[in-house]
Amino acid sequence: MAQYSKVAPTPLLKDELDIVIPTIRNLDFLEMWRPFFQQYHLIIVQDGDPSKVIKVPEGFDYELYNRNDINRILGPKASCISFKDSACRCFGYMVSKKKYIFTIDDDCFVAKDPSGKDINALEQHIKNLLSPSTPFFFNTLYDPYREGADFVRGYPFSLREGIPTAVSHGLWLNIPDYDAPTQLVKPLERNTRFVDAVLTIPKGTLFPMCGMNLAFNRELIGPAMYFGLMGDGQPIGRYDDMWAGWCMKVICDHLGLGVKTGLPYIWHSKASNPFVNLKKEYKGIYWQEELIPFFQSATLPKDCTTVQGCYLELSKQVKAKLGKVDEYFVKLADAMVTWVEAWDELNPVEGKAVEANKVVAK
Amino acid sequence: MSDSSINPNEVDIVIAAINSDLTPFLNEWRPIFSPFHLIIVKDPDMDGELHVPEGFNVDVFTKSDINQMVGSSHSILFSGYSCRYFGYLVSRKKYIISIDDDCVPAKDNNGHIVDLVAQHIANLKAPATPFFFNTLYDPYRKGADFVRGYPFSLRSGVTCALSCGLWLNLADYDAPTQALKPEQRNSRYVDAVMTVPVRSLMPVSGINIAFDREVVGPALFPALRLSAEGKIRWETVEDIWSGMCVKVICDHLGIGVKTGIPYVWRKERGDAIESLKKEWEGVKLMEEVVPFFQSVRLPRSAVTAEDCVVDMAKAVKEQLGKVDPMFIRAGDAMADWVKLWKSVGSSTPGV
Repeated sequence: MAQYSKVAPTPLLKDELDIVIPTIRNLDFLEMWRPFFQQYHLIIVQDGDPSKVIKVPEGFDYELYNRNDINRILGPKASCISFKDSACRCFGYMVSKKKYIFTIDDDCFVAKDPSGKDINALEQHIKNLLSPSTPFFFNTLYDPYREGADFVRGYPFSLREGIPTAVSHGLWLNIPDYDAPTQLVKPLERNTRFVDAVLTIPKGTLFPMCGMNLAFNRELIGPAMYFGLMGDGQPIGRYDDMWAGWCMKVICDHLGLGVKTGLPYIWHSKASNPFVNLKKEYKGIYWQEELIPFFQSATLPKDCTTVQGCYLELSKQVKAKLGKVDEYFVKLADAMVTWVEAWDELNPVEGKAVEANKVVAK
Repeated sequence: MSDSSINPNEVDIVIAAINSDLTPFLNEWRPIFSPFHLIIVKDPDMDGELHVPEGFNVDVFTKSDINQMVGSSHSILFSGYSCRYFGYLVSRKKYIISIDDDCVPAKDNNGHIVDLVAQHIANLKAPATPFFFNTLYDPYRKGADFVRGYPFSLRSGVTCALSCGLWLNLADYDAPTQALKPEQRNSRYVDAVMTVPVRSLMPVSGINIAFDREVVGPALFPALRLSAEGKIRWETVEDIWSGMCVKVICDHLGIGVKTGIPYVWRKERGDAIESLKKEWEGVKLMEEVVPFFQSVRLPRSAVTAEDCVVDMAKAVKEQLGKVDPMFIRAGDAMADWVKLWKSVGSSTPGV
């Protein structure tokens, strides 16, 4: 039986959660989020021209990193962090010292539920992360730990405790997260359907992870959330979150961690240019036909018991099997290793956590 | 999808009559059911007359029809909820929709009556996508599509064989759950239908279900009967057993299973605590079968639903027979079912 309390309020976790926001423009969108975000620490990762000054609305507690900071902090390892792509956000995951991360795009606003009430997306993500996942058997009433729901008849009792949730993947009303070809065919389609469900993605099942509205337990899965090499100087874009999602899911399945999708919704306001997107995605569209079978069949050895270990093993497999698809994957595999090394440097296991701006790059 | 695009010649609605007076039930469903042919199977255990209101295109089957058509030379008991399978056997339509007789039409979030038939048929006619999860759920629904990152080679989908609907009010909980939360009612209408991914097992509830009989008909069967099986769903596991088998078979054949809308409104019935006292041992036995279903593999040579059921029956007897004799009976019933399907279910003229 699902034992989760429906009476106790959701903990704020304000000292345990960082909000990571990549931006190139401005952070005006934070005004709308103020009632829900103000108590949290923000990590702003400024992409693009570092000489530009990004104004952060008054009253927010934040740290901001531009490209110069990334280069200073990581030194040569900064090569693994994308430039001129929101993939740079994963630098924020690395420098955070908190247990949980919520990341959101700067064109995502507060959505309303069908009753007209503003949705506190962060609160829902926290609920998702703090309640177990159930990847080993599909519950037809979706998340059994939600108030008003439970496991259905026939759901094995031995599987009702669930496993820890590592990732909470939220959705978007208004501009849907379509690829460029779909955007070109359906430029006016808007997502108006509010689906009142959270569900666990079954073990062994892959999905396209979107980084626009995403939260995760950094302690459980952080090192697997590398958003790859995109943007400037790279042959591909708009596959950063996809890549992270496939690596993450394989590792979660291996380590016995859960991934949820569904609520919360945010309101996605900006439709990106489909022609620009097509150029970025173009190679990804046919590369992904190779990537999917790779991830679907990827297995990790039993002795990979840490996220870093799993991730490094995966990088070896990427190099060996995807290297022949394109040279890019050899570079990406190396960047995956660099990422893990940088992660471990900034997040040493023993002793006190090292403050990012004091790390001397090697 | 508008009603006018459903061809009534493609659909049978099969109802197991557990209640003797179907008048209130059928009157509630009249606006939705009246264009279609109904097959009503009277529970052989029910004494007394069955009442069916006027104005429906209906065939009623009773105990004597069942005995006459399939005889007693097999191990299958078409009693209780399982009498509906007789209806599946004699139907000759492509699609079957089957609901329990304690369910009435539900309303969606806009207050509109849910057209059960239209939604199940829409689910069955649109492809399923079991090989990759689409985060916007059914991509073929109006207003939705595949999301960025969904492989293009998987966007044409596969045949959808089974559409599993849901329930408002009295959800399909087991007796312990309902006993612990006697006031809990499902009031959450989740406006989604989605494909259950390949290799993911699920509890398939018989309360509100539809399927493509041509593709998967033989794979839904009355096989696992608890010794104290009753007339309330939480005193049974026959649909759960059948459902686990049909999911394995669909995964093997590369066809899909959807879950979600349409909803029905399930009326109050039964006492969970009383049910708990009656039959619990059998339900516990279901725990033993999960590893079996997770690991069973059907041979490549099994390319039809019939073949798959025959192979599953063998596997059940071999691997679960030693756990409890109940599974040997289930395996026998599955094998008998395929024989019945071949003789009564296909070759002879149906209804």
